[in-house]
Amino acid sequence: MAERPLSPHLSVYKFKYTLATSILNRLAGLILSLGFFLFVYWLVALAAGARSYAQARELLSLGLFKLIYAVLIAAFVYHLAAGVRHLIWDTGHGLDRASAQRSAWIVACVSAVVTVILIYWLLRPGAYAR
Amino acid sequence: MSLRAPLGEVLGRGSAKEGVHHWWLQRLTSVALVPLSIGFVVSLAALPALDYATLIGWMRQGGTALGLVLFALVAARHSQLGVRVVIEDYVHAAGLKTLALVISDFSHLLGGAAAVYAVLKVALGGLL
Repeated sequence: MAERPLSPHLSVYKFKYTLATSILNRLAGLILSLGFFLFVYWLVALAAGARSYAQARELLSLGLFKLIYAVLIAAFVYHLAAGVRHLIWDTGHGLDRASAQRSAWIVACVSAVVTVILIYWLLRPGAYAR
Repeated sequence: MSLRAPLGEVLGRGSAKEGVHHWWLQRLTSVALVPLSIGFVVSLAALPALDYATLIGWMRQGGTALGLVLFALVAARHSQLGVRVVIEDYVHAAGLKTLALVISDFSHLLGGAAAVYAVLKVALGGLL
């Protein structure tokens, strides 16, 4: 049988930021998978009535959750931007080294800016205090 | 020597004889999640408050309920496909791998079903 490409054997690659964009996308996806179950918990608590939602809201308003929301927002924005990059690759475009390196920077910059804006907008002091 | 083209060898194949089904479904759910996830975040961020009454009113709008059901279903499937690949790549012990895959698949099915049930219960009010 012919030699087939193997992936992912992380240890055989020299580290480069394009590698980081790939592994970060997986990490962000995993974080969002956990976020999905938090989303389900929130919906179920909401559907169970006002009292159960009040209890859930008390838990979800703890200071620790601000950090969790910030991480989820960052993961969401990054996974979305990096995911669009992957979808563009799937059309056969942008696969050469120069394009991949340029798009890695675009993804990093766009997601950093959008993440900061969203974290400010959604988690600013007093937002959703009611 | 085989005269079959390399593409013909792999189409419809793969270890599970499913070919590119997993790959294709991952892309399909990715594309769907672009508008669905942005719509969810924007719609939620546009709310003046996150108290019970506001959220119930929001979910009783037909567009919100439909959007949430679609988002929950597609996100559950996309997440399940993604976690499956991560488990397959990084969990090497056969028994542990199978166990992790079964737990992940069941959790995602349960999560998706619970989300849909919760949205419908709120959206349909007293009917359910």
